[in-house]
Amino acid sequence: MAAALALPASYAPRIASAVAAAPRLPVIWLRGQDCAGNTEAFLRAVHPTAAQLLLDLLSVEYHESIMASSGASAEQSRTKAMETYPHGYLAVVEGAIPTADDGVYCMVGGRPFRDVVREVCGGALATIAVGSCAFDGGAPAAAGGRTGAVGVADVVPNAKLVNLPGCPLNVENLTATIVHYLTFKQFPLTDGKGRPLFAYGGLLHNQCERRAHFEFGEFALSWGDEGSQKGWCLYKMGCKGPETFANCPTALYADGTSWAVKAGHGCLGCTMPRFWDAMGAPYQRLPAPLPFAPQINADHIGQALVGGVAALTVAHGAAGIVRARWVGATERRAAARRERPAPAEAAVGAGPAPEAEVEAEDAPELAAPPAVPPAVATEIQPSEQPAPAEADPTSDASEVD
Amino acid sequence: MTRTVIDPITRIGGHLRIEVAISSGVVFDAWSSGTMFRGMEQILRGRDPRDAWLFAQRICGSCTGVHALASARAVENALGLTIPKNARLTRNLLAGSQAVGDHVTGFYHRHSLDWVDVIAAAKADPGATSALGRSRSDWPLSGTDYFKGVKDRLTALVGSGQLGLFANGDWGHPAYRLAPEADLLIVAHYLEALDWQRKIWRIQALLGGKSPHPQTYLVGGMVLTPPWGGPNRAVPGQHPQQVERTAPAALSAPGLAELAGLVAEAKTFVDQVYVPDVLALAGEYRDWAALGTGIGNYLSYGEFPEDESSEPALLLPRGRLMDRSLVKVQAVDQASVGESVASSHYTYSGGDGLLKHPWDGETEPKYGGPRPPVTSFEDAAKYSWLKAPRYEDEPMEVGPLARVLVGYVEGRGDVRAKVDGVATVLGIGPDALFSTLGRMIARAIETQIVVARLDAWQQHLVDNLATGDLAVADLTGWDPATWPSAATGWASVETPRGALGHWVRIKDRRIDHYQVVDASTWNGSPRDGTGRRGPLEEALIGTPVADPARPLEVLRTVHSFDPCAACAVH
Repeated sequence: MAAALALPASYAPRIASAVAAAPRLPVIWLRGQDCAGNTEAFLRAVHPTAAQLLLDLLSVEYHESIMASSGASAEQSRTKAMETYPHGYLAVVEGAIPTADDGVYCMVGGRPFRDVVREVCGGALATIAVGSCAFDGGAPAAAGGRTGAVGVADVVPNAKLVNLPGCPLNVENLTATIVHYLTFKQFPLTDGKGRPLFAYGGLLHNQCERRAHFEFGEFALSWGDEGSQKGWCLYKMGCKGPETFANCPTALYADGTSWAVKAGHGCLGCTMPRFWDAMGAPYQRLPAPLPFAPQINADHIGQALVGGVAALTVAHGAAGIVRARWVGATERRAAARRERPAPAEAAVGAGPAPEAEVEAEDAPELAAPPAVPPAVATEIQPSEQPAPAEADPTSDASEVD
Repeated sequence: MTRTVIDPITRIGGHLRIEVAISSGVVFDAWSSGTMFRGMEQILRGRDPRDAWLFAQRICGSCTGVHALASARAVENALGLTIPKNARLTRNLLAGSQAVGDHVTGFYHRHSLDWVDVIAAAKADPGATSALGRSRSDWPLSGTDYFKGVKDRLTALVGSGQLGLFANGDWGHPAYRLAPEADLLIVAHYLEALDWQRKIWRIQALLGGKSPHPQTYLVGGMVLTPPWGGPNRAVPGQHPQQVERTAPAALSAPGLAELAGLVAEAKTFVDQVYVPDVLALAGEYRDWAALGTGIGNYLSYGEFPEDESSEPALLLPRGRLMDRSLVKVQAVDQASVGESVASSHYTYSGGDGLLKHPWDGETEPKYGGPRPPVTSFEDAAKYSWLKAPRYEDEPMEVGPLARVLVGYVEGRGDVRAKVDGVATVLGIGPDALFSTLGRMIARAIETQIVVARLDAWQQHLVDNLATGDLAVADLTGWDPATWPSAATGWASVETPRGALGHWVRIKDRRIDHYQVVDASTWNGSPRDGTGRRGPLEEALIGTPVADPARPLEVLRTVHSFDPCAACAVH
C-alpha cells in the first residue's frame, strides 16, 4: 500500500490507520503572504464543487478563511489534526513564506509563519503548494520585495510536494490533483519541480485557440483594433503563451467560461518560475517563438484530466512522454534566439524543436492505470474506492516520494 | 482585568490579530494588529506604470479586481485619459458584481457563524423550518423534504466525528440566540450560497477572462472588445456578431444575454434569500443595534460612475459625516488624507507620529514589536503592519455603512426608502445604524441597490454597442513617448469594504512612488501619533463578553467591518 501511495514503506501502518479512522481526507490549509486568491479559486471549484469538497470528500481541519473557530481554538484545531492524523493529512500552503528578520513579516498566532509551515508540512502525508507565491515566492518575491519571500520547497526541502503554480492557480488543476489522490492514493505524474504534467506539461501556445492566427501571421496590433475584435493572436501585444507551460486554454476558468486570451489579454506566464520578473514586462513582446513542435504538444492532457478521472488513461500515457520533453523557459528562450524564425515562417515545415533530441527512454514505463468505472469521476466516495493501483513501484509514476 | 488575544482572526482575508482588555465582562480597551507585510508598494517602484494594475491587483484576491481598477484609474488620472463608455460600463459590471458576490459570501461564509449555531441547527424540525422560510420569501428551496435533507447532511457530518471547518466553534455559547429552525434555515442558505457564488463569479470570468484576478483591465480602458461585426460593424441597431470562433465572446449578443441571465439569478438570491436572512437575524439580535458604534466619522469616495464626465454622477455617493451627525454631508478632498506610523512597524523620516499625505508617504518597514513568539503586544509601542490613516487628523470608518449613511443624509430616494423600511420593520431609528448590526444591515441594503443596477449597466452596454460605438480604450496615452517627464495621479474605488485610494508619481516613464490607502487600513487602523484608536478598536469598547476564553461577541463586531488585512497592509 505504501508503494501505491508513493510513500516510503515506513509510512504504511500510519496511513492505514489514518484511512481506517478517517473516511474523509483531513486537510490543513495554511495561508502566509497571500492574497487569498487561491482560496477564492478553491471556493469556485466545480468538479467537484466546493460544497462537496468541504462536506463530502475532505475534512478541512484548518483554513483561516472559512473555519468557524478563531484564535486559540483555531490553533487547537490545527494541532489536534496533526496529532490525530500523523502523516495522514494533506497540507495545503497558499502564499509566500517570508524568511527575513526572523520571519516577522508574517506571523500566525504570534509565531513566524515559516515555523508553522515546517511543522505542518513536516508531519503531512504530502503538501500541495497552491499558487505562484507558495511555489517560489511569487509577487512578494518580485524585484523590490524585501521580506525574503520564498516558496514551500525552500523552507521544507524534504516535503513531499506537489506544486500548482499560477496566479492564482486554475482550480480545475487542484481538484483534479485531489480527486486523483482520493481515487488512486497517489498524486499525478509531476516534473522535476513537482508540477503535475497533465497541467504543466504542455506549452500553452500549442493549445491556444488563437494558434492558427499566429501561423497565418494574423496579429492584434493595438488594443481594441480589428485584430483584437476578430480574436487574432496576441503575441505582438506581449502574450507569454509561447514560453509558458500551462493548460489554461483547455482547462479554462469558472466552469469553462473563459481564460485571459479568450477575453483579449495576453498570457502573463504566471505558472512559470519568478514570472513577475523572468517573463518580461506584460506588454513587452517575447523574442520570436519557437516553431511549432508537435512532439511536445500536450493539449489533450489538461482537458482530459480535468474533465474527469475517467480520462486518466490518456493523461498518464501522454504525460509520461511529455515529461521527457520538458525544458525550462530559459533554455527555450535561448533556443529561440538561436533559431529565431520569423513568426509567419514558422508556419509550415518547421523542423523539430531543439529539445526534441531528449532521449525517449527517459519516458517512464507506465503501469496500466487501474480500471475505474467512469462514474467514479463524479461520485467519489473515498471509503468505496477500488483497491489502489498495482502501480509498478519502480516506475516514477509519481515523484512525490 | 483579563487580556484576551485572538490570533488568528479567522473568516477574513489576510492576517489579523485582536487583543482586548476585559474588565467585569466588558471590553474596555482594544488593539487591532495586522501581522503580515509583503511590500507591494516597493515592488511597484521602477516598473512601467501600464503594468502597475497587474501587480496592484495581487494585493487581494478576495476583494479581487478592486486594486486593479484603482491602479488603472490612478495612472489614467496621471496621464489625463478618459475611458470610453463601453469600458466604463464593463468596469461597473465587474466591480458591481464583485461587491454583490463579496457581500453575500461575506454574510454567509464569514459572518453568519457568529450568530448561527450550526450544531443546534441539527435539532430543528424541518416542517417548522419550511414554514419559517416560506413566511420570509418566495424562494423555492423551502420544502420540508429539502430541509430534512439539509438536516440529515448536517447530522451525518456531526455523526462522522469529523466536523471539519465547523469543528471547535463556539457552539452552545450563551450569545447564540436563534431557534434551531432559524439556525437550520441559515445553514441551508450557507450551503446554497457556496453554489450561488460560483455563478456570480462567472460574470467576472466572462468579462475578465478569469476570477479571481480578472485580466482585462488596461490603462485607458479595457482590452475586452466586442467581436468584429463584419458587414454590420457600424450599422446602428445591429449588435456585433461573433463571426470568428476565436473572437472574444463576452460582448457578443449571446455573451451579453448570458450576462443578463447571471445578473438576474444573482438578484433573485439577494432579494429572496440574503436580505430576508439579514433582516430576520437583525430582528433576533436587536440589542446589537446599540453595540459596536465606534468612532462615528464616516467617509465615502463615491462609486460607480454613471457618465463619462470628469465629475460623474455616482450610484453610491461621495461624502463625509462627522460625529454621528445625520444633518449634513461634508465634502471630501483627497489632499486631507494622511497616514501615521506611530504604532505601525515602519519609520518615517521626520518622525513616526507625522501624518504624511500618500504622495509624500513612505513605506520603510521596521518591525517594532517583541521578538517572536509574541504572547502580547501589551508593552509594545508598535503593534501593527497597518498604518493609521486619518482625514484631517480624524479616524474615519469606511464601508457599506458609511456609503448608506451618506446616501441617506444626501436624500437619495432608494437609500431613504430602504433604510426607513428596515427601521420600521425592526422598530429602530436610523441612528441605530451606528452599530455592529447597522453594518450588516447597510451591507444588505447596498447589495440590493447595486444588484438592481447591474441589469441597467448590461442594458446600457447592449444599447451603446448597437449604436456602432465599439471603442473600449483611449490609447492616446499608451505610448510612453507621449508622456510628460513627470506626472502625478490618484484615484479611488469604493470597494466592498470601503474607501480605497491609490496614489502614483511617474518620473521618466517609470513609477517613482506608489502608495495605497485601503478601506481595511482605515477601519483596522492602530493608534495614531496622538494615541487615538482606530475605528475597529474603538467599536470594540463596551462589548460584553460572557466568557473571555470564548470571545464570540468580539468576533461579531470585528466581522461587521468585514476586514481584509491583506488589502490593509499590502
